[in-house]
Amino acid sequence: MAMSFNQLSEHEWKLDVCGYTCPHPQMYTKKALQKLASGDVLTLVFDNPSSGESIAAMCESEGNELFERKEEGGSFVWKIRKV
Amino acid sequence: MNAVTENVGAKPGGLLSKNGLQSMAVVLFVVAGSVLALSIDTRFVYLLVYVWFGLAYGILLQYGRFCMASAVRDLFAVKVPRMAVGMMIAVALYSVVAAMVTISGFSTFHPNAMGWHILIGAAIFGFGIVFTGGCASGSLYKAGEGNMNSMLVIVAISFSQAIVVTASGWWDNLVPQHWMDSAVAKGMPEELSVTRGWFDIFTAGYVWDLKGSTTAELLGAGGTKAGIVVYNTLLTTILPVLVILVALYLLYYRKSYLRRTKNANPALKDELAGIWAMCTSSRNTAIAGIGLGILAGLHMYVTGALREHYGIYNFGELLSAMGYTDGLSIQGTVFDPGYWYITTQEAQWGGWALNKLGVENMDSIFFGLDNGLPNPLLNAPGFMSIGIILGAAVMALARKEFKWKAPTLESAFFAIAGGILMGIGARLAMGCNIGAFFATVTNGDPSGWVFLAGMTFGAYLGVKVFTWWMDRAAARMEAGCGL
Repeated sequence: MAMSFNQLSEHEWKLDVCGYTCPHPQMYTKKALQKLASGDVLTLVFDNPSSGESIAAMCESEGNELFERKEEGGSFVWKIRKV
Repeated sequence: MNAVTENVGAKPGGLLSKNGLQSMAVVLFVVAGSVLALSIDTRFVYLLVYVWFGLAYGILLQYGRFCMASAVRDLFAVKVPRMAVGMMIAVALYSVVAAMVTISGFSTFHPNAMGWHILIGAAIFGFGIVFTGGCASGSLYKAGEGNMNSMLVIVAISFSQAIVVTASGWWDNLVPQHWMDSAVAKGMPEELSVTRGWFDIFTAGYVWDLKGSTTAELLGAGGTKAGIVVYNTLLTTILPVLVILVALYLLYYRKSYLRRTKNANPALKDELAGIWAMCTSSRNTAIAGIGLGILAGLHMYVTGALREHYGIYNFGELLSAMGYTDGLSIQGTVFDPGYWYITTQEAQWGGWALNKLGVENMDSIFFGLDNGLPNPLLNAPGFMSIGIILGAAVMALARKEFKWKAPTLESAFFAIAGGILMGIGARLAMGCNIGAFFATVTNGDPSGWVFLAGMTFGAYLGVKVFTWWMDRAAARMEAGCGL
């Protein structure tokens, strides 16, 4: 288990921080979003529930659009479009 | 912003779903244990109050992702005030209920001694919580979600405290001679050997010489309703809460709120609407804050009422009357705060295990005089902590969020190192974010704000060090990582 951050296509990225607990997921998400260009989409995969609240609040604060949230078996897959 | 797409499969299942049944099984386990305890002796209802309040705390903590580590850490790490706001809501509600409990005469609260030890201990504690990923109660509820890192944190807190409060030898050179002189002058019983062990000398020679009081007591109005409401609740709790909420709004929320509402020239009513939006932005956290605040006050009331019913001052008296005298302090007492508390009972777990391994630790003030070392099966506050774990498991299972998560080498190191720092900090400050902050400020004891200041400073330093470590780790990962 290790954090991975990959470019899926020209405007799509994926950050997988499964297995990490607070504060790793929210801090890695913040760093990843800083790398993206405006309009790029980040697919975020994590399994630490409490990080989700902070990430949602971070998106709201910075204006990034959290437009899809999926959850299955304790893992979360969220899609965020950078403002 | 467009509506968020959410998958239906993640919604909690019904009671008869697999998760619903597992969740109910945990509740039934607690019910069965309660019935068994009452069948042995009905006076175990005193212990069961801790169990069931713990269960309720755990449910709410998991529901609201309510972790006070996040309150200070996320301000500096990701500039998110969500949990700090939730914490302030809980503090305000708890203070109102606590005032009613105090006026009714059932309060079990005792103020902490005010001194530099709180600031230093809280800073060490605050530094540690950044690395463990959870505060004292946060680690318990995350353990209930299946997080094994948090279980390691609990073990580290337990043993580090047990070792710190009984350590002797070169540790004793850390304390100044006048503390030793003052400790000797207290004339404590020979079996406590207060001149051996730095924590005993620190406690008897320094902490006992300090004063601790609520604001109302300090101003000579401790026994009056007006003093409790005005000085303790309004002046010591509600006013600082309002100041902190306004500061959080101005520093972390206002800019993005005005941008979202497209308001370049806000009037006062717009600013107030912004503060309200901040308080309600995370519905779950706000609900948990309200629930925890009210429950924490009720807990104190119920325990106080039971003490009156049984004519006791401490659970040790009840244990003794039931024939359980093993592990009682020389005063015949055990740790029994009567309200939400976390770290001391964890120290007792560690201390009890070490004692059974042959370590003589009942000659210390912490165990031998104050808290005792009861069997974990008779440790009432210990069962509150277990209740929190089980309550969180109930909620996590119901929400399909329970997942066993094994630690990595890195996360295990952080959990143990951070947990040790939390244990050391909690003992120096005479409590954690619950016992030394949440329970104190809400009962009119200003020492809790000193703890929060220290914890915030420690968390700030912790985030700086953690960010450096994270950047270094990301840079060392494969080139494709790119972070």
